[in-house]
Amino acid sequence: MPKLSDTQTVGTLISWLKKTGEKVEKGEIIAEVETDKATMELESFVAGVLITQYVNEGDEVEIGAPICAIGKTGEKPRSPDKRSPLRNVEPDPGFLTGSRQDTEAPISIDVTPTPLAEKSVPGDRIKASPLARKIATEEGIPLETISGTGPDGRVVKADVIAAMEKGTTESRLSITPPKKSSAGIPIADETSVPVSNMREIIAKRLLESKKTIPHYYLDIEINATPLLEVRASLNKSLNDLPPDRGGIKLTINDFFLKACAKAMHQVPAVNVSWMGKSIQQHSGVHIAVAIAVEDGLVTPVVRDVHLKSLSEISTEVKTLAVKAKNKKLSPNELTGSTITTTNLGMFGISSFHAIINPPNSAILSVGAIVKKPIVDDDDNIIVGQCMTVGFSGDHRSVDGALGAEYLSALKAILETPALMLI
Amino acid sequence: MPVIYYRDALNAALDEEMIRDDRVFIMGEEVAEYNGAYKVTKGLLDKFGSQRMLDTPISESAFSGLGIGASMMGLRPVIEFMFWSFTYVAFDQIFNNAANIRYMSGGLVNVPIVIRGPANGGTGVGATHSHTPENYAASTPGIKVVCPVTPYDAKGLLKTAIRDNDPVCVMENTLLYGMTGEVPDEEYLIPLGKADIKKEGLDITFIAHGRAVLTCLKAAEILEAEYEIDAEVVDLRSLRPLDEETICDSVKKTNRVVLVEENKPYCGTDAQIAYIIQDKAFDYLDAPIKRISAVDAPQIYSPVLEKEQIPYPQRVVQTALSIL
Repeated sequence: MPKLSDTQTVGTLISWLKKTGEKVEKGEIIAEVETDKATMELESFVAGVLITQYVNEGDEVEIGAPICAIGKTGEKPRSPDKRSPLRNVEPDPGFLTGSRQDTEAPISIDVTPTPLAEKSVPGDRIKASPLARKIATEEGIPLETISGTGPDGRVVKADVIAAMEKGTTESRLSITPPKKSSAGIPIADETSVPVSNMREIIAKRLLESKKTIPHYYLDIEINATPLLEVRASLNKSLNDLPPDRGGIKLTINDFFLKACAKAMHQVPAVNVSWMGKSIQQHSGVHIAVAIAVEDGLVTPVVRDVHLKSLSEISTEVKTLAVKAKNKKLSPNELTGSTITTTNLGMFGISSFHAIINPPNSAILSVGAIVKKPIVDDDDNIIVGQCMTVGFSGDHRSVDGALGAEYLSALKAILETPALMLI
Repeated sequence: MPVIYYRDALNAALDEEMIRDDRVFIMGEEVAEYNGAYKVTKGLLDKFGSQRMLDTPISESAFSGLGIGASMMGLRPVIEFMFWSFTYVAFDQIFNNAANIRYMSGGLVNVPIVIRGPANGGTGVGATHSHTPENYAASTPGIKVVCPVTPYDAKGLLKTAIRDNDPVCVMENTLLYGMTGEVPDEEYLIPLGKADIKKEGLDITFIAHGRAVLTCLKAAEILEAEYEIDAEVVDLRSLRPLDEETICDSVKKTNRVVLVEENKPYCGTDAQIAYIIQDKAFDYLDAPIKRISAVDAPQIYSPVLEKEQIPYPQRVVQTALSIL
């Protein structure tokens, strides 16, 4: 099982595209694999005949463990390497849904500790000595969870051993399962659903973020009337044109991304990452857009938004959204953001605060546009179209005043959309 | 065990081998009447006579060529060079002829010659007398190279070199001739291609040859006394053949390595050793391979600056600390 994404530790073999006995060319697709982020095609590294498959469809396989043998016709496959055991997906003990009603006693579970490595940045190569890398791989400890104490923050053997020891002493939790419903019609069947790769990574990353980043929250209310007008007039002109002549349907979100990047020009100090010993100022605005998918969410990245036109942004977001739904996003499209936006307006949520997506220093949460009585410049009470934007900031790198300055710049642009033309 | 000088250990090796095998003879500038420029051949003229102790004109190319011819005809010459720096005028004889005759003759003709002399800087004799050409020699297929640091190693390696059927370059050091060490009375040989762990340790490996081994031992003492760091010191002894096994085993044990040599850095022996380590022990490295060589410049004449040019213990200590 090759490593197909930089945070992947296991892969689920979704389907075999080659059967035992079939000829395989080098570079030919032999299987589809679900990583923590996407479903990807697995190419054969060698040419030959597929002698045997060590894993079945649906099996979860650790990185480095054998999945099949390719050789000459009639050649006997070796038994899989003991060092990399295979693991079948088995239902978890079910402590959350309480399916283990056969025991009342608290059950002990192992939780991999997930401290946020201050010096590691997704997308950047983690500095680790060859020996540390080897031990971490053998012990199944993701390098990004280990803080390096060697020169230049390099992860060395001692750090991996410390992480192993910490893992075995700190990670035992006791959880008493809730009791099963005793009578009446249940709201759902009592089942235990194995955690998917995506769910696991969501759990891990958000827990890391919430545990280690000192979040603070700001809100700002935006008068969205001018924005709605601009959008309506642009769409009116462009909606019916064929795409090759500029035809497009712009969403409020497209404007929001544009405004978000514009505001960064004024307050670039928000476009930063906390690196432990330094604060990294990013030169470009790369916006991760949270997109809900069937069993979780993904955050594909629109790069260099500060250089792109509204129509470019709009087209790109649409493409990424389609890829996200089909699980076809490449690891490249999922990393390297400098800020994240998330929108729950379509559910009528008027305001909320999201969890920061490291190594970003902020996440913007966009609520629904709702009609409200507002007071206009002449002190008349009128019906306003209001939108609340939430800002969750990392206080280590972006102080409250700075976050507020950014939000106010964002408000100014959204309320005077002509500023986006500049 | 008797404690003797390095130069006397070499003398004993020559003496014993000349007694053992009457085909062995010594040739070079001032080796006979003057007892050798550094007194390594002291007393051998009286003992073995002028047939086997030959003083030559100052013509390195001629007498090394003569030695190679004699070895091809079945004798076993030991050629002394006053400095290894002077082999440069005999480059063709040593590195072209001696190195290739066995191969060119399809294995019919051996060249059992020993070429020995001091190859070191650090004595203020200037750029043209201070070369350390072990890397030139060791990069030549067909040539064997040893660099003994202790009297014990000097004797054992020289005896083995004389008995070897291929050209062997023995690189000594004028700063070591006056050093003492234990050498047993009974006969012994040290195989070529076998490194020696001069000090065992767990935290970091120093790999060195020649006088740099002493520098590393001193650095290991400082690290132990001041930093509680337990360094291992591997003395290569032979550069070709090279004991890759001992090198890699030590790196696998300590996971960190500093290579120390008095040679110049560019294309030096330790560059090759660094390559071997990353190739064969990559997954055991917990830090980058570090290397300390002489400062990359012609050997400096000023004694003050030359002292800085050649690796010294504090430099090894600082480099070790940078990766610990």
